[in-house]
Amino acid sequence: MANYFYLIPLLPLIGFLINGLFGKKINSEKISGILASLLVFIPFVLTIISFVEMLGLEPESRKIGITYFNWILTGNLGINYAFTVDPLSLVMLLIVLGVGFLIHVYSIGYMHNDKEYSKFFAYMNLFIFAMLNLVLADNFLLLFLGWEGVGLCSYLLIGFWYEKKFTGDAAKKAFIINRIGDFGFLIAMFLVFANFGTLEISKFLGNIANLPLNNSLLIAISLLFFLGATGKSAQIPLFVWLPDAMAGPTPVSALIHAATMVTAGVYFIARCSVLYVLSPISTNIVLFIGIFTAIFAATIAIKQNDIKKILAYSTISQLGFMFIALGTFSYAVAIFHLITHAFFKALMFLGSGSVIHSMQDEQDITKMGALKTKMKTTFITFFIGALAISGIPPLSGFFSKDEILYKTFINAGILPYVIVLLTAGLTAFYMFRLIALTFYGKPRYDEKTIHPHESPKVMIIPLIILAVLAVIGGFIGFPHYLGLPNLLDEWLEPVFKNANNLLAVSKPATEHSIGIEILLVFVSVAIAVSAIIFSFRKYSQQEKFKTAKGFGKLVENKYYVDEAYDLVVVNPVQKTSDKFLWKIFDMKIIDGAVNGIAVYLSKLSFDWRKLQTGIVQDYATLTIAGIILIILYMVFM
Amino acid sequence: MIELNYFLLLSGILFSIGVTGVLIRRNAIIIFMSIELMLNSINLSLVAFSSFLGNITGQIFVFFVMTVAAAEAAVGLAIVISLYRNKETVNIDEINILKW
Repeated sequence: MANYFYLIPLLPLIGFLINGLFGKKINSEKISGILASLLVFIPFVLTIISFVEMLGLEPESRKIGITYFNWILTGNLGINYAFTVDPLSLVMLLIVLGVGFLIHVYSIGYMHNDKEYSKFFAYMNLFIFAMLNLVLADNFLLLFLGWEGVGLCSYLLIGFWYEKKFTGDAAKKAFIINRIGDFGFLIAMFLVFANFGTLEISKFLGNIANLPLNNSLLIAISLLFFLGATGKSAQIPLFVWLPDAMAGPTPVSALIHAATMVTAGVYFIARCSVLYVLSPISTNIVLFIGIFTAIFAATIAIKQNDIKKILAYSTISQLGFMFIALGTFSYAVAIFHLITHAFFKALMFLGSGSVIHSMQDEQDITKMGALKTKMKTTFITFFIGALAISGIPPLSGFFSKDEILYKTFINAGILPYVIVLLTAGLTAFYMFRLIALTFYGKPRYDEKTIHPHESPKVMIIPLIILAVLAVIGGFIGFPHYLGLPNLLDEWLEPVFKNANNLLAVSKPATEHSIGIEILLVFVSVAIAVSAIIFSFRKYSQQEKFKTAKGFGKLVENKYYVDEAYDLVVVNPVQKTSDKFLWKIFDMKIIDGAVNGIAVYLSKLSFDWRKLQTGIVQDYATLTIAGIILIILYMVFM
Repeated sequence: MIELNYFLLLSGILFSIGVTGVLIRRNAIIIFMSIELMLNSINLSLVAFSSFLGNITGQIFVFFVMTVAAAEAAVGLAIVISLYRNKETVNIDEINILKW
């Protein structure tokens, strides 16, 4: 494995360099697109090969460290460019490269005729490279490199169509809000290094394993890391950038803002599971934030009219579900939902891209309707995605979401369970509102100018593959009451073994009958189905749209979170920057000091230079005066 | 016998006259002569010390000073001549281009 593994991150980097440096010279959409896709596909194949190799190993030895070179060596800080290949990172690799490849292929069609075609693929490949570093890193610093790398690519790709002002604003917003999270991540990293003298993740987790529960240092570290995760994974309070990030091209939304980058926070916490098991207080905060974000974003989604915004809020809500799983110590379940979500959400984003493409860049679902017959494949695949996210058995979302519901029920209690259940119902509701308004009813667009049509094959085939995955993806994690093997649990078992062992000591598992579990499944399916039917009845024939009042208005305006942030943070910062920092501090104090010193010195030297008369005798006089002074000093002092 | 102090006093007076000449006269030749005066006042004190201390070193120094002074006179006069050829003056108030 080690002899070819370096190719996995290297090939996308090469793709980035080729398309980035020579894209304009190549000047061929076909070559750029196919090259970029190929350089993601080959690593995908290599990952499958290493996956098979890993399967051949004993579960205990399924953890391979590969060190490439010494990255930083100074004082007692030694950091290697080193990878950890274990079941968790392999699963993430498969998702990133597999879904990433499909989205690359889709982009060949979607970005057709874009004037900066090769640049787009260069950024996409760079993103894949950064994401691979993030997933494979064996130390926090390399992980942070990937973490920042994906953030950079996210910024570049959100602002890809930079001629429009709002895309630039959205890109900046995403970048700046992520800085807040990164600040937490950095401080946590400093704390780790200052107290444990290492940045290697496995060493750190090994060192803390013997510390008592709720050690204040560990709580600080875990909460600061979690702050980083809320930034990257768009959780309250740092979620506001993700809806705006929809300004980027749709494949970007699918790849970065649904399937891979935003799940980095989930991956990270799962990777540091031992840390979070040892700080139950932090885990409770993770749970609380997860539940709050899930319901908060889901309620916003029911009133949005922009097809991509709905999916964005849905992503935030589903990420909340993953954090709920992390908050109930169910790390494998969080990864399970991460996988299924990557399938069905990437599918729906690509589907929405297909719709937007054929509607000539219209994103408002109140101006669509009756697209069912015009774009059959898109409709069917989108429908499958929506069924999957709603949790209809036996699609993938059903298995992962029900695992989360069940874990919430037994680990967090009734009230959190009810909220999460309600959120699941809302998910089904807003998804089928989207479908009803987009694909059913009567056309509400101008039929003379817009002629919806099915997208080209290169876009449709990824949709079909993802739809198949969204259907069967759940079969890797059967719940135990079905009596079928839970492959994912077994596969990830070595990774979470330490965490689970610690958990067994600190929080003995409570026994629950299978009856209750099955009952919960029926409840959630019933709620999902009724939400779908209700939503369908309500929206499939709707033709007039009025602005809502009361709570509806509050939700339609996203609880005024952006406005509140503007009021509390953005405006004061802008005002102090403008009125004080710029006009007073910078212009008067800084510039004043710099220019003042220069002006004073120039005046001083203007006077002093008159000393240089050019007459030799004057110089001699001064020399002799000096000598006389020295003699006087020596005689009298 | 004349005391050492008198020699030194004379030497000091000659040196001061030389310095004053260098500082206040404007004619390059006269400045040059003043420098020679300073050199010779030093020679005077050197031979005085040599004689009073019974040590020959001072006299040897004087020979060196005379040699160097001869060389310096040759170079210095050459400079003055070349200055006069260029500027048609040896008044050093007019030779003041070495400034801001």
